[in-house]
Parts: sequence; structure tokens; C-alpha cells
Amino acid sequence: MSASNDPIADLISGRFPDARGRFGPFGGRYVPETLIPALERLEQGVREHLHTSAFQQELALELSSWAGRPTALTFAGRLSALWGADIWLKREDLAHTGAHKINNAMGQALLARRLGAKRIVAETGAGQHGVASAAACARLGLPCTVYMGAVDMERQAPNVYRMRLMGATVVPVTSGDRTLRSAIDEAMRDWVSDPLETYYLLGSALGPHPYPYLVRELQSVIGREARAQILERRGTLPDAVIACVGGGSNSIGAFHPFVADRAVELIGIEAGGRGMGLGDNSATLSCGRPGVLHGTYSMLLQDENGQIQETHSVSAGLDYPGVGPEHALLAATGRSRYETASDAEALAAVRALCECEGILPALESAHALAGARRWAASHAGRTVLVCLSGRGDKDMPTLQQTLLAPPHGT
Amino acid sequence: MKPHETISAAIRGAKARGEPALVAYLTAGFPSRDSFKQHVQTIAAAADVVEIGVPFTDPMADGVTIQRASQAALAQGVSLRWILEQLTAMPRCKAPLVLMSYLNPLLAFGPQALAQSAVQAGVAGFIVPDLPFDESAEMRAALDSQGLALVQMVTPVTRPRRLEEICASSQGFVYAVTMTGTTGKSVAVPAEVTRYLDTVRSRSPVPVCAGFGIRGREQLELLQDHVDGVVIGSALVEVLERGGDPVRWLLDLRGTEAR
Repeated sequence: MSASNDPIADLISGRFPDARGRFGPFGGRYVPETLIPALERLEQGVREHLHTSAFQQELALELSSWAGRPTALTFAGRLSALWGADIWLKREDLAHTGAHKINNAMGQALLARRLGAKRIVAETGAGQHGVASAAACARLGLPCTVYMGAVDMERQAPNVYRMRLMGATVVPVTSGDRTLRSAIDEAMRDWVSDPLETYYLLGSALGPHPYPYLVRELQSVIGREARAQILERRGTLPDAVIACVGGGSNSIGAFHPFVADRAVELIGIEAGGRGMGLGDNSATLSCGRPGVLHGTYSMLLQDENGQIQETHSVSAGLDYPGVGPEHALLAATGRSRYETASDAEALAAVRALCECEGILPALESAHALAGARRWAASHAGRTVLVCLSGRGDKDMPTLQQTLLAPPHGT
Repeated sequence: MKPHETISAAIRGAKARGEPALVAYLTAGFPSRDSFKQHVQTIAAAADVVEIGVPFTDPMADGVTIQRASQAALAQGVSLRWILEQLTAMPRCKAPLVLMSYLNPLLAFGPQALAQSAVQAGVAGFIVPDLPFDESAEMRAALDSQGLALVQMVTPVTRPRRLEEICASSQGFVYAVTMTGTTGKSVAVPAEVTRYLDTVRSRSPVPVCAGFGIRGREQLELLQDHVDGVVIGSALVEVLERGGDPVRWLLDLRGTEAR
């Protein structure tokens, strides 16, 4: 199939990603030669299994009987009254292990088992993908090694203990910037050492083809459920869907089933961190330029020499200098737009959701809420669906030092 | 001779003297910016091809030695532009120079501009570990317009038909990765590795150099009947790191006291 002049039509029809793994100009497969056979095998496995009824039934049973799907759609009444627009929350925080990551982890672990993998490696930033991978591997009896940046191990300590309890080996990464990006570097180095028997369970909709496609397909359950739920409850679609964007897996999962609903605004919220200076944020689509990192051609935070920039966010899960290639296409075409929320705005949103609705959101998800607050201010009485991608228990070490810290001078 | 042909000729020349060619790697600007030009020149006098590593923040195919060297070089402000300026200002070496770089710094420079600047700097080709054959058309065309080599890699897990395709398109030499994994470990040389190298050589119109994990004379002797040359990377970087003499070390590796 050849591409048309409308990249969004190509996305909807399934012409993208194309045979080379491209979403328009973005995507592809930029990896060392050693990994090419492993990626070809994975691509073939995806083609042979992912959309068969046998695989889909197996996955659906795990998601419903083990992972707690479908997750609830909650109308946030008091928050809506406070912020001025109708706010609906897709409750991925209620999924098993506390975030949307389980949708992808269980899906890929089932696929890995079918492909005969002997062990699983994964990277993690906030620890949510690591916990989800550890849980899925425990359930399927697969050995699991998780690479995690040393900085992230400190700020997401509870998740490190959870992974270890589930039998995973957690390897601290002390090279590079010691966050998610270095963890991906290290997971890829592990995979390159044993590409025949190791399965790399990548946690976001990025990396070399077919990962961006595979992860989007597995995460689209978020948007499919939410779309049906809100139609059932309200009778109409929301005016906007808002989700946070780090690598972009919960957001692409929330957005994809709405891409064809062209009247629905799709808004991604990136981590604005401390400000718009280089190194002060993780706002790839807002501040980046195209380039290649971790196997894919997409937007990147880089300097004029093509060196990858250090990033900052209060939220470990958004602290990444790249973004999935499908988001790069959605941004380039204007089908989605991308804004930022600062550390302070995200923390304020954590407090608001706790106090108004009795829900502690993950710091990542709080960025989406902060975006919804801004949207509500200019769309009084309209309706927004927010992907609440995870719960915030893991963020206690950070919250103790911020929202719960005694005021200075006392 | 086009630049890429100087690489093949240098490797074939060494092989004709009865020894595998040495492709010697150093990370540009490591251990210091000031020593770069001098190290290139002294290594070029002892090796047959010099491979100059452009440091990158995320070297995913490299082990700890080259990661460490890359970080140290970046911390001193080494960039592709700086490397090309230094090489341009330097007297031409007898041994051809090849730049090893991850793709993103090359994209940031721009493939067309890169090819022109590289020729002016006396560079004969490029090795790009995260640019597999399937994605390489644009870069290959840009480099080819100036006669520069794009050296392709093959590995023990590369399938036969793909191996033929890659060998047919590689210029300068074919870089035969000895093992799955990152650089800097130590490779065993069992019969299956030499059989694989024999296969690559039987398919390749250009010389074949083995790389990854080659650290000493013993491995060189096991490999020498099965390759045209060997790439020495992390082991040489470690010599520079501890302040050793790279020329003496390379001569020891060859098993010659002097040339």
C-alpha cells in the first residue's frame, strides 16, 4: 500500500507504520546489525500472533481476570466544579500494579513466551514498567532483569522493592545520566549480548520498529474502553482527550482510538520541569528537533552537535529526551498538539485531585491533570477526558520532600 | 584512487606482507584534547588504518571502556566539528583515517556537508554502528558522492542472504563483528568464529576485518588466517587511559620490535 497525501488517513487505515516501520518520515529501525535478526523475528511474531483470536482471547482473559480491566471511568465532580469544565478520568491507576504499563507488559510477555524467549530484559524510569514486567514475568514463569537508573532507584524506592519481591533482578545503571535514557542504553547492551534467547520488553511506544506499533496496539485498550464508556455515560464524545507524554505510551494508547474522531482535540502534556532552558525540562515535542536515539527517528532534545541533552522532571516517568515516532507525526500534522506543565503545576494538580476526589495520582499523570486545568479555564462547561495513567504511591519519597515538607522557617 | 580505495589498499598491502592489517581505534580527544593530533599521527605510523571515534552521549554498542572515554571527551567539549577542524589542520597521515560515529551527530552535521568536510579533512570513510544497511541509502549516497566509504558491519547472527547483500555494498572493508555483545570484552576464537569469518571472506569483494573483543597477540594468531585485518579498540583505549605508549603496544601486538 502506498501512502496518501493525508498522513492521518494513513494512520487510521493502518498504512502507517509502513513496511519500513515509518510513520511518515518518523520511525524506522536504527540499531546495531546484531539486533536486526531479533527485530525481524519480533516483527514476524507480531504479524503471526498479535491479531489472532487465540492471542487476543488469552490476553483479554489476563487483562480481565488478573489485571482488573476494564478500568473505571470516573466523573470528577468536585474537581469539575473547581476548574470549570467537566472532567472525566480514565482510571489506569486502578489497573493491577498501579498504572497502564501492565497492558503492554502482559501483552509482550505473552508474545515473548510464544516466541520461545528464555529470559526477559526491561528498562524502567518511574519503576512502573519494571513492576509491570516483573509481575507479568512472575505470572508466566519467565526470568526478568530490569535496568533502572540509580537516580530513579532513589526517588522511586518503593517500586524497587516491589520488583525484587516479584523475583526480578534490578540492575542499577550508573552510566550516563542515570535515569530512564541510560536504563534503555543498558537494556539494549544486554539484549545485544544475547539477541537469540533474550526478549527485550520495551516499555514505551518508541525504539526500533516494530516496538512503537506493538506498544501502541497493546495500549490502545485505554482509548477503546474510554471511548465506549464515555459514549455510554454521556451519549457523546468528549471535546478533548488529554494525556501526559514522556516516551508516549499511555498517551498514544488514549489518543489512537480517537484519531479518526477529528472533532476531538488530542492534547499531550510534556514535562516542563523548571522552565524552558536546555536541560531544565523533558519537553521533547515542544523544544526538540528530529534525530535518532534508541533505534528510532523522532523528535529529540539535543544540542547543535547532535549530542543528547540531559533532561529534568520531578516525574521520573517523563524524564526522557525522546518521544515515540507516532507522536512526532501527530505533532507534525497538527492532529495532536503538545503543551507543557511545570513541576509546580503538576504538584498542585496532585494536591487538587487528592483533596477533591480522594485519588492520589502519579506525578506523571498529574501533568495531564495540570493540562486539563488550563484547558478547562478556556473551555468552561465543555468536556475533557483525562488519562489518569497511574497512581502516586510510588512518589511518596518526592511528595514528602515537596507537598508534605514543612514550610521553610518553621 | 578514491578515498575508499585507499582503505582497501592499505589493508591488502599489510596482508600481502604476511600479517593481518591493524585497524587501530582511538576516541577523539581522549585522554585529552591536546594529545589528539599527536596520538593520531603516532598511531597512524604503527597501524594500517586509524579509526577515530566521535564521542556520543549514548553509545549503545560500546562497553564500559569506550563509554568512559566518550564521556571524558564530551566533557572536554569534543565535537565532530572540532575533530574535522583538527584533522584538516594536520599533515596528512600515511594510514587512511576512518571516522566511527553513531548516527545522530552525523545527522546534526548534515550528510552532504559532512561528506565535503570529511574529504577536506583527509578522512577516507565512516563506520556508523547504529545505521544498518536498510536505513543507509541517504548517507551512502552522500558519502559516495565524495568517494568516501561507508563500512558495513556483519555479525555471527546475520542471515546468509543479508550477509551477501551487505558484503556487496560495503566499501573500504567489511567489519565482521566477532560476537554478539558490546565492545571491550574478550572474544574466544572457537572454530565456529573462524568458519563464520571464512564465510564472510568468501562473499566479500572488499577486505574483511574482524572486530570486538580482540585484545592480544593470542587472538590475533588464531584469527590471522581467516581475516585480512583486525580492529583493535577498547584494548588500545585502555593503553592510552593508563598513559602507556600506543606505538610500542601495537608493535608488540604485531610481534615486531620495530619497522
